[in-house]
Amino acid sequence: MSITGSNDRGKRGKGRARVVAKSKAKPARKATSGKTLRFTIPSDFLAGRDVQEQILNQVAENGFTSQNTFAVKLSVEEALINAIKHGNKLDPKKEVKIQANITPKKVEIIIEDEGPGFDRSCVPDPTLEENLQKCSGRGILLIEAYMNSVEWTKGGRRVRMIKTNEE
Amino acid sequence: MSETIPPLSVVQQKDIRIIEFTNNKILDEANIADIGATLNALIDEGPNPKLLLDFSNVDHLSSAALGMLININNRIKQQNGSLRLSNIKAQILEVFVITKLNKMFRILPNRAEALASFSQ
Repeated sequence: MSITGSNDRGKRGKGRARVVAKSKAKPARKATSGKTLRFTIPSDFLAGRDVQEQILNQVAENGFTSQNTFAVKLSVEEALINAIKHGNKLDPKKEVKIQANITPKKVEIIIEDEGPGFDRSCVPDPTLEENLQKCSGRGILLIEAYMNSVEWTKGGRRVRMIKTNEE
Repeated sequence: MSETIPPLSVVQQKDIRIIEFTNNKILDEANIADIGATLNALIDEGPNPKLLLDFSNVDHLSSAALGMLININNRIKQQNGSLRLSNIKAQILEVFVITKLNKMFRILPNRAEALASFSQ
């Protein structure tokens, strides 16, 4: 069962999330086999918020602990801000694609933007004494601290992150 | 609904401004910008500003919020003032520890200890 956001770039313009359910999601029976959510949204924070809420609803339905839910929420928030603001630079013509595979055991989230990407190894460590005052790099640090696995690919335009639901 | 509630409530105790976050999330860019502007205005009201930020209601915050707090801390220092943070829930405190910002901020367990720390 999946919710699929249609990729109709340019047809709807900007605004709220184009988190279009082609077939309305039926209420989950027993969330044992997992669920995949797919979204394509404009570079817009409100649209990102909608996506975040839908992912977190599924995470809750799958019985994630409050600590793990907090980790997912924080990481999705930071990754979406990275994609919308730093990747796509709030360009309304650019989109962000999100896929979330959620099971009771783990959540895998893939977020891809259309920006120039970035080199992870060039992001300064914000926890070093000399960088503590700087305002950048902290989102990436938090994602990598809270998720079990984080991969940056496609030149930094795509992040794949996994959180297992362990106590 | 929540958008109509100001994101901060401010009370004065002697020369200390006690500021409580009224939202449980400090996430939205617009919300963070609003909070930053309100705090900057309080800092600029006079010399040696003393601000106590009470995080009792805060369940989530983002790296953008941390950036705003760093700017606030710097501005207060420039004005020879002092900043204290209190009542930070364990999950949020972990965010400060991971980012090592717990070293930069004076974080106290509760309001009473935070208030007392201004005179230390």
